[in-house]
Amino acid sequence: MTALLQSTFNGLVSGAFYALLALGLAVIFGMLRVVNFAHGAFYMLGAFGAYVLLAEAGVPFWVALVVVPLALALLGMALERAFIHRLTRLDPLYNFLLTFGLTLILQDLVKLRYGVQSSPYEAPAGLRGSVDFGLFDFPTYRVFILGFAVAVCVGVWWALARTRVGMIVRAATERPELTRALGINVGRWITPVFGFGIALAGLAGVLAAPMRAVNPLMGADLIIVVFAVVVIGGLGSIFGSVAAGFGIGMVQAWAEAYLSAFPIVAQTIVFIVMAAVLLWRPAGLFGRAEAPA
Amino acid sequence: MLRIENLSAWYGEAQVLRDAGLHVDPGEVVTLVGRNGAGKSTLLRCVMGLHTGWRGTVELGGTALGNLSADRRARLGLGWVPDDRGSYATLTVTENLTLPPTVGPDPWSLERVYEAFPALYQRRNSAATTLSGGEQQMLALARVLRMGARMLLCDEPTEGLAPLLVQQVGDLLREAKRHGVTVLLVEQNLRFATSVADRHYLLAEGRVTAAMENSEVRSRERELLSYLGI
Ligand SMILES: Nc1ncnc2c1ncn2[C@@H]1O[C@H](COP(=O)(O)OP(=O)(O)OP(=O)(O)O)[C@@H](O)[C@H]1O
Ligand SMILES: [Mg+2]
Repeated sequence: MTALLQSTFNGLVSGAFYALLALGLAVIFGMLRVVNFAHGAFYMLGAFGAYVLLAEAGVPFWVALVVVPLALALLGMALERAFIHRLTRLDPLYNFLLTFGLTLILQDLVKLRYGVQSSPYEAPAGLRGSVDFGLFDFPTYRVFILGFAVAVCVGVWWALARTRVGMIVRAATERPELTRALGINVGRWITPVFGFGIALAGLAGVLAAPMRAVNPLMGADLIIVVFAVVVIGGLGSIFGSVAAGFGIGMVQAWAEAYLSAFPIVAQTIVFIVMAAVLLWRPAGLFGRAEAPA
Repeated sequence: MLRIENLSAWYGEAQVLRDAGLHVDPGEVVTLVGRNGAGKSTLLRCVMGLHTGWRGTVELGGTALGNLSADRRARLGLGWVPDDRGSYATLTVTENLTLPPTVGPDPWSLERVYEAFPALYQRRNSAATTLSGGEQQMLALARVLRMGARMLLCDEPTEGLAPLLVQQVGDLLREAKRHGVTVLLVEQNLRFATSVADRHYLLAEGRVTAAMENSEVRSRERELLSYLGI
């Protein structure tokens, strides 16, 4: 029982990262119809940003948590204006080439300066140690991540469901052409939405810095699972991406705990789930078939 | 109000409009009739700025629309009621109504819409696509009236509606007209067309081949119906 709770908790924490990253991918895909293969690189930049600020300027975690996502949002918006917006009229293959190319460039730039070794980053003073849950202890920092990520997801959901900008994003995601014909300048929201999605990736990166090895390839490994999460949740579905993020985190943790006799299954469980979901529901769990313009 | 001259439009290589021309004066309700595939919806999409392959002139209130984007055109007072009714599944009924900005001097308030359509009020928090076809049609019409659009482009608003609802659409269009709204109405139902409109254009193979008064449509009804294949 304790082991189950503990692996569930660990799964939810990994799921929190998947959810934040998948959420950003989903809002970007919804608004731009671009699959951002560079998302993992922005996550890595988030973690490196926190590391560099602390190591070279003594900027603490809490400041990095705000500053780094904002800076990455600006970088993302600049890249969107310079390159990504050109993808709208091109074959989807260019989408892959451009964003994957960006990933390699960003990774190598970081590698050039900091090498491939992992850089240490300590959890902030208030979040060290562990919390006693009676049956088991759990690292305080992980409890914090879980609570923080859930709060961010709820906040994004609230903004999408209850604000005018959120309504415009939903409308433009569902029917871009009709939305323009109803007098909404959809183009004006595209760059900020891209920046927002990137900020979420950066935020996940900062959160990961004290917990995961900070190195140039940290995003490359994670993002493959995140793409599986997005496909399972339904490409472009906001709710689906968050639910699938937490869900897959738990499934992975349970597989590690209980299928250790079958390491191949435990390591590939995400893709097994993805294949099964796609056979059952080709548009993903919460996805809808592409609507008309 | 609306003037179209020498409008040609293509889907890839296939030409669907060939130098089509028509005009709608302020306060008029004018219908555009034509067989399936004649290019009626394409013409409305050209006016709305949604079609890419086109050539010709479209003027609204005396100014050429040229390459103006669809959202700018809407903010000049064009209200599009698309043939599929344009309901959003991810927006509630109220959100479907309040999504567009108000663009005209005399927009309907939300209260007025809900007074006129109690059925929409009852379903105000439901996803718009869960409404019946007739309710979705009323929603699409109410939406452009709430925008305060001065020039409506309605694409077959009575298609598939029961007679009572067809009448309701007619009442709504007549009321809009009383308030000075101009309407270009794509319509296959000739009886309905003559009951709401001042004049009619016939679109055939991408050209406007006839301009008719109500009396002419009534006297040629049989011939027109067999031509339209209804
Ligand atoms: N997206 C498209 N791609 C290629 N051809 C198209 C497309 N949309 C319409 N067409 C063709 O263009 C022609 C005109 O279509 P349009 O929808 O404007 O006709 P319509 O008069 O509105 O017909 P209906 O009465 O069926 O609504 C038709 O022959 C149609 O097959
Ligand atoms: Mg049509």
